[in-house]
Parts: sequence; structure tokens; C-alpha cells
Amino acid sequence: MSQTLLQRFNLRERIRDRDTAVYSILVIAAILFPIVDIYANGGGTADVSQATRAGTFVLLAIGLNVVVGFAGLLDLGYAAFYAIGAYTYALFGSLQLASSPLHHAIHVNFWIMIFVAMFVAAAFGAILGFPTLRLRGDYLAIVTLGFGEIVPQLFYNFDQWTGGINAIGLIDQPHLPFWVQGPWSGDGDVKVVQNFNFNTDPVAFYVLIVILIAIAVILVSNLYKSRLGRAWMAIREDEVAAAAMGINTVSTKLLAFGIGASFSGFAGAYYAANLALVSPDNFLFIVSITVLVMVVLGGMGNISGVILGALVLYYVVFVLIPGLPENITNLASSVGLSSDVAGTIADATTRLNFIIYGLILVAMMLLRPQGILPSRVREQELKHASVQEDEAAVEMTHQE
Amino acid sequence: MSLPDYGFYILCATAVLLLATQAITHPTDFLQVTIFGLTQGAIYALVALGYTMVYGIIELINFAHGDVFTLSAYIGTTVLGFFAINEGTFTTVNLIALVVVFPVVMLVMGGINVGIERVAYRPLRNAPRLAPLITAIGMSFFLEGVMFFWKGPATVHFPDILPQYSTTIGGVFFGFKDIFVVVTAAILVSLLAVFINRTKLGKAMRATAQDRDAAQLMGIDINRTIAATFFIGAVLAGAGGLIWGLYYNTVYFQLGFRSGLIAFTAAVFGGIGNIPGAALGGLLIGLIAGYSDTYIGSKWTQVVVFGILIGVLVFRPTGLLGMRVPEK
Repeated sequence: MSQTLLQRFNLRERIRDRDTAVYSILVIAAILFPIVDIYANGGGTADVSQATRAGTFVLLAIGLNVVVGFAGLLDLGYAAFYAIGAYTYALFGSLQLASSPLHHAIHVNFWIMIFVAMFVAAAFGAILGFPTLRLRGDYLAIVTLGFGEIVPQLFYNFDQWTGGINAIGLIDQPHLPFWVQGPWSGDGDVKVVQNFNFNTDPVAFYVLIVILIAIAVILVSNLYKSRLGRAWMAIREDEVAAAAMGINTVSTKLLAFGIGASFSGFAGAYYAANLALVSPDNFLFIVSITVLVMVVLGGMGNISGVILGALVLYYVVFVLIPGLPENITNLASSVGLSSDVAGTIADATTRLNFIIYGLILVAMMLLRPQGILPSRVREQELKHASVQEDEAAVEMTHQE
Repeated sequence: MSLPDYGFYILCATAVLLLATQAITHPTDFLQVTIFGLTQGAIYALVALGYTMVYGIIELINFAHGDVFTLSAYIGTTVLGFFAINEGTFTTVNLIALVVVFPVVMLVMGGINVGIERVAYRPLRNAPRLAPLITAIGMSFFLEGVMFFWKGPATVHFPDILPQYSTTIGGVFFGFKDIFVVVTAAILVSLLAVFINRTKLGKAMRATAQDRDAAQLMGIDINRTIAATFFIGAVLAGAGGLIWGLYYNTVYFQLGFRSGLIAFTAAVFGGIGNIPGAALGGLLIGLIAGYSDTYIGSKWTQVVVFGILIGVLVFRPTGLLGMRVPEK
């Protein structure tokens, strides 16, 4: 019996599964992207370092998806936990503490701090969540909104410790952990592990963020299938019924909050190391909103959709819209308009950025409120709800 | 009395005690700050009413409302541009301009807000809760974008056309502006209270806020009632924006974001969905912001205001005058 390759690995079945297909495409794209891009740009790595920042947002979106998509808790201050994670690493991985009342710089290894930042962010998630998770629905959203406004302001105000508006710069770059270094590592041709240089090479950060995202996806999708994940969904659908089924709603919601926050702590520490600079300005409300829109745009509750949503929105917000004036100038001059007119048009487009972003948000919600790749379960629910509504409408007309 | 209640009262008592100490030791400063806080609070109250009415009727945090407030000041500068107004001294033209600019801007803002509701919120009335919230944020960016496109990122000067008359009583400075702000706001809030409690449309609004389906069964046109709510909310915010412009004489396109959040805090503080609560909450938040600016330092005001927001929700989720809203 000779089986074809397709049959042997059950590939047809797997490809038919949408998520697997999306994940495979994402993995292949993640591996091919730096190779193709660097080759195409003749060794330039600007796009790759752009991709490392997009990766931070992917990580954030995966974390927020746990809170908003799985447990149905609306968090409008997610950037606060991101800020806490970033500052945790920035304080203990730079010279900042030397100019603080402590008068002594502390340098802790990045690989330790990334986990510390994760736990610190999770702890703040729990501290905020503990008194507030009894609240329902929008009240929680408002509390998180307030928290998200307070945290950056605190980083401004405690300028003795955080440098305030001057930001913290010169943050330590990670080095390969000691257990990876050895006779097999180095920059030589025959070495198994290349000695990634985080100081000069964005590819090193790219590899790091891809690994972090992969870990996050594995963790979160296992959580989703676990008892805890089912409890989250039960709470999302009907909290009273979930409590009646014996789910401890407070601790379950607290776990969602803490776990969601921990991912942003992770992302924050990575971000601080990648940019080597953290400022309170980088964690304002707009960041929370952008991540929330990524989650909703991708399809709440569906991890692969959320990753896609984050990448698409990152591209639109940080590459496409800022690049629009330049592209329009080029287009105008290629059509044959004088450079004056082209300049005016470009200027107008710069001013249109906000309008374009706002219109995209409105149009996206009106046209596809369920997101690009909605979770299968949610899709069914929405369909079910609309069928019920249609039936009700039919009944109404019959009665009339 | 439960534990959260005690916590709430202890916090309130501490704040009042600390302020009383200030009031006794430095009465003039304290009164001056109080006047400033009240004028600020009157504007917040006007904006907070729009938040609370919209939240009461469709349970939406209307993020675009703060930008409606700012846009009205922008439109106000344009309308005032048609008059030969005289800045610095009060002339008859200024008076005519004032009398014209208020109704015009208020009606235009009402129309714009009804349009926003029609385009961005009505189609999503039965969608998941997050969808209208995102469109509200989208509309907020859109309005900010319009103002940015229109006048650019710099602050915009709002004509200073009110009488410059001022007096000092017992060392406390009273300007005509302060009185104008408080009186205008008080008149508008009273008109709103009469409208909500005495007219048929006001009754329809209260009914729709209580139970939309039942209201519909009683023959209330839900779409019209919700549109009217948005209209009135924007009318008040429009007046608020003009008053802000007349008082501070500068506006910038992102003003609505921060002051919108503070007004929203005021609405929550008073008990969201509760109209007298929003007015009271606005005044209190204005006062608290004023005291915090003076006694704690302006860089802490934001922390104080949002700290109050969190504190109120933790200790007293229904706000000061809030009603218990059943979970739907």
C-alpha cells in the first residue's frame, strides 16, 4: 500500500482546518520574511526592525485577547501593564537608578528581568483586578481606563526614579544566555549557534520576538482548551449561569486579568530592550486603543485572527498611513503634476491621518463587526442570534 | 452599612477635613480656588450630561462626545468671524454676536451629533457591545482629524468678547466671566431638567432608558428618542465648548480627549445615567481639580481625578446619586 504524502500526514484534513492553515502561513512568512526582505533590500534591515516592533504589538494583542476575547472583560487600560513591564526592565537594566535617590545602578540580566517584568505586570493586574472584578461590564472598562491614565502620569511624576519626561535611555541589550553560549556558538562558519549581536543587528531581535510569540501562542491556545479556558468562555457568555455551574467567577476573572497583564509585561520588557528607551509617552491611551482594535479587527477570541489583525493594523497605522504623503507625492509627480501641487497634496494627506484612521475604524466595525477571522464559536453565536432576530421579525409581521 | 460604604465615607470625611483646615487658615485663597473650581466644574457638568444621557439610554461610552465639545468651540470661532467683534471692550456687536453664536453653534452641534449617531451607532445597536465602542473611538479620531485638518495642530485663539468687568470683594477676585459661565450653565441645566421631567419627549427618553423594548411596545419611536438624546447631549456640549472658549480663549484639537475623560469621570462620580448626578458630579470634579491644582500640584490632578474615578467605582459603583441599574 503506497500512501501519498497528502494521505500520510492527513494534510488535507489539516489544511481544511482554517487555523492550522493560517498558522502555517504565518510560520513560513515569519521565517522567509527576513531572508527575502534583506536580500531584496540589498542587506538593509530597516524593514526587519519595523517587524520587531510589529511583533511587540502581536504579543500585546495575544495577551489582551485573553482578557477581552476569552473572558469577555473589557480592558481599556492595557498599556498600563505594558508600561509597568517596560519600566521594570528599564529601571533594573540601565544606569537610571544611579541618578535616583538609590545612587547605585543595578544591572540585572535581560533573561531574568523579562520574567520578573512578567510577574510584576501580572501582580499589578491582580492588584487592580481584586477590588474591581466584582464590578460588571462597563464599570470594569472605566476602572481600567482610569488606571491606564494614572500609570503613565505616575511615571512622569516620580521623575526622581523614572526620569519623568526625560525618559530612560541606554537600556542594556540582551546577550545570548550562557547555556546557549559554548564551543558551538560564535560567528564562525562551522558554529551551530550564531552569536546574535543584539546591539547592532535587528535580526537578533526579530528571532527573539518570533520565539516569544510562538511561546505565547502555544501557552494561550493550551489555556484556551483547558478547564480554565472553558470557564472563561462560560463567564463571557453568561456570568450568572457560570457561577451557578460552580465556577468561582472572581478568581477566574482575576486569572484572566493577571495572565493577560503578564503578556504585556513580557512585551514591555522586550520593547524596552529593543528600543533601549522608554518614555511615559509611549504608553498612552492610544496604545491601549490600538491594541484593542487589533484584537477586535482580527476577530476576538481567535488567536490566529488576532495575530493577523495585529499585523494588518500595525501595517496600516505605522507604515501605510505615515507613508501616504510620500507615496502620493511620488504618484503626483509621476502623473506629471508640478512639485508644488504634489507638495500641497502631500501636506493635505499628512493632515488627513487622523481622519483616515477614524474612518477605517468606523468602516471596519460597520462592515465586519466580527473581525477578519472570527472565532468559530463566536461566529456561530452571532449567526444564531441573527437567525433568532430574523425569526422574531417574521413572527412580528405574522402577528400584524 | 457595609465595609465599602465605611471606606467611602472615611475618604470623603478626610478630604472635607483637609479642605476645611485650608479654608480656615487661608480663607481668601480657598474662596478664590473655589470660584475657579466652580466655573471649571460648570463646564464639566455640561459635558458630563451628554455622557450620562447617552449612557443611560443606549449604554454606550460615547468617546466622541469630548470632541463634539471641542468642535463646537472651533465652529464658534468661525461664526464669530462673521461679526465685527471687538476684543477687549464690550460693544453692542459683541452682544449680538453672543446672542447669535450660542443657538447657531448649539443647533449645528446637535445636527452633527445626530448624524454621528445615524452613521456610526444606529447600525450597530444590536451588534456585540464592543462594536459601537470602537466606532465611537473611530468617530473621536475622525472629529479630531477634522479639527486638525481645518486649523492645524497649534492652539486656536477664541475671541475674547465678554465684558472685562471684575471686582474684588474681601480680597477675592470675581470676574464677569466666572459669573457668566456659572449662570449660563445653571440656566441650561435647569432647562434640561424641565425638558426631561415635563415634556412628552423627555418622558419617552426616561422610558427608553428604563426598558427599551417595553417603551417600544408602548408606541415610543425608539430611533427618534435616541436621536433626540444625542441632539440634546450635543446641544449642551456645544454650549460647554463655547463657554470654554469664551472663558479660556484658547482651544486645541485634542482638548476634547482629556476634558472628555474628566467629564466622563464626573458622570460616573454622580452616578452614570443619572442627570442631576452628572451636574453635581461635574461641579464636584471641577472643585476637586481646582483644589488639587492648588494644594497638591497640577501634575497630580490627573492622578487625583482618575483615582477618584477608581475609588468611586470600587467603594460605590452606583456613584453619589446613582440608581441601581439592573444587569441586562
